[in-house]
Amino acid sequence: MSAAARRALLALAVTGVGAWVLAPIVLIALASFTTRSQLYAWPRGVIPNPWSVETLRFFLQAQGVLQATWHSLVVAGLTIALAILIGAPAGYALSRFRFAGREAFRLAILGTKMFPATILAVPLAVSFIHWGLYDTLLGVAFVHTALALPFAIIITTSVFVGVPFELEEAAMTLGCGRLQAFLRVALPIALPGLAAAAIFTFVLSWNEVFAATILTLRTRTLPALVMNAVGSAGAPADFRFAAGFFMIVPALIIIMVIRRYLLTLWGVTVR
Amino acid sequence: MASIRMERLRKVFGKVVAVADVSLEIADGEFMVLLGPSGCGKTTMLRCLAGLERPDGGRVFIGDRDVTDAPPATRGIAMVFQSYAVFPHMTVRDNIAFGLRMRGVPPDKVRRRVEDGAALLQIDQLLDRYPAQLSGGQRQRVAVARAIVMQPEVLLMDEPLSNLDALLRLQMRAELKRLHEEVRSTTVYVTHDQVEALSLGQRIAVIRGGQVVQCDTPGRVYDAPANRFVGGFIGSPPMNFLDATLRRDGAGAAVEVGGARIPLPRAPQAADGGEVVVGIRPEHIAVQPAPSPDGVRARVVVLEPLGPQALLTVRAGAETLKVTTPVEFHAEPGAEVWLRFDAARIRLMDARTGDALAG
Repeated sequence: MSAAARRALLALAVTGVGAWVLAPIVLIALASFTTRSQLYAWPRGVIPNPWSVETLRFFLQAQGVLQATWHSLVVAGLTIALAILIGAPAGYALSRFRFAGREAFRLAILGTKMFPATILAVPLAVSFIHWGLYDTLLGVAFVHTALALPFAIIITTSVFVGVPFELEEAAMTLGCGRLQAFLRVALPIALPGLAAAAIFTFVLSWNEVFAATILTLRTRTLPALVMNAVGSAGAPADFRFAAGFFMIVPALIIIMVIRRYLLTLWGVTVR
Repeated sequence: MASIRMERLRKVFGKVVAVADVSLEIADGEFMVLLGPSGCGKTTMLRCLAGLERPDGGRVFIGDRDVTDAPPATRGIAMVFQSYAVFPHMTVRDNIAFGLRMRGVPPDKVRRRVEDGAALLQIDQLLDRYPAQLSGGQRQRVAVARAIVMQPEVLLMDEPLSNLDALLRLQMRAELKRLHEEVRSTTVYVTHDQVEALSLGQRIAVIRGGQVVQCDTPGRVYDAPANRFVGGFIGSPPMNFLDATLRRDGAGAAVEVGGARIPLPRAPQAADGGEVVVGIRPEHIAVQPAPSPDGVRARVVVLEPLGPQALLTVRAGAETLKVTTPVEFHAEPGAEVWLRFDAARIRLMDARTGDALAG
């Protein structure tokens, strides 16, 4: 096969995959800017006519949506704080020290991904009721932290691998103790990478629906609320489109911002 | 200012003995070079002095103080790293001021000392830049300035010039020497480059396999290597070695090399007929076109003009020798020549152990 043909084939494949991912997002976005009457008209065009925020406003004014958005933000905030506070020290240790069981620990991190939340749902709910965590934002944040930790640890490990230990040693010869050297030198340099890990955690928590649904009744996060509205209450199509769009946007923006860090995740820059 | 003393210092990594019971004293204000091939343990020794590595045995003293278990911050040292280890998130000014601020020096004093240090290393125009905006040579100067403004009792340098290009290295080498004469800190300088060691050190400790093989002035290390390893490691090209037999009679001592008999000015402590190795530096061999009783026969392999002199490669028997000759010297490859060794400059070594024979 000639180089040109191969390139054409690659372009075709990229276009195909891109369309597969993008088409639903574009359709949802367009639908959420269409008026309700337009949405139910038949036949109708794909492009909204006229453009309108009526549907989005309807969604935002629906019962509990703003409350659930606030819940989602609180849970995401707690999750980020917990995941970084636990994940960053673990990542630092993995990047700096050779200790017995290091490889086993790395494997165990990925091992946590072997158990689907579905299996853990019932025992988790029972335990949470027992501990008084059921239907609390903190309880949801705990589960999200558990889900986010493997990624947080893997990302922070690679971030700290990228900060030469010699810099901390230099700080120590200049009068710092071990902790001071970390706080004054390694941490500031690692900050952008840690921010990337935080943003990744945010997206994970913002989108997580399963744990949030089974572990809460009244203090619902946004995905749990939408899931409930769509599943049990049979919300109208315009509500679904607006909700879908509202939830996709933060993830999209954030993925674009952290793409750079994800590409250098394994210490190798892919350009 | 302070002297340094290592007593039976030992450091082991797994099964590798990096530093094998080394005892070494460095005088107050001295410039000591630790020289050796890579992996010989010289950097580990330096890191033990800095407190970045915990010795497995032995003690380290700086001044009268036993600092073996002291953290780096309290040792009164400053260190220049091979990779410079300049903090990328701080300006040059903040980099140089870092240690002074950690020590709690008042701000106006910090500013003055940073400016003095920067001027000393000619980077006073770069104070507000970030390391990413500097060249390798400039970063190197920042690292040295950062160490020197601390006015440390002991200045440690770990191959500070090895990442610079050849011309810059030459320039920086002279500057480091000038700097030492100005700040007078006791300096320990690690390098694998023998030219650097010869040019900078007041004394050189040649290290091999975690042990100090020879510790002496550059002149002594060059002229009177303690063994075959030192002779072969120092000098460019290194010392030549030829197998020979020692002869002693009433008239005195001589060595027989490939049919030639070279009388020695001093009799070495070895028996008649003993197997020895003749060590001779390339500049202490004269090349002549005609045979003589003390001339070793050799065949020209190649002649390389190097500018100020020429480097001649010859084969004498089974051995290849390097000889420096005046640029006017000419010889065709394959031509026969006779080599006359400067007998006073010959270093005799035991053929079995490689250790120099006392003469």
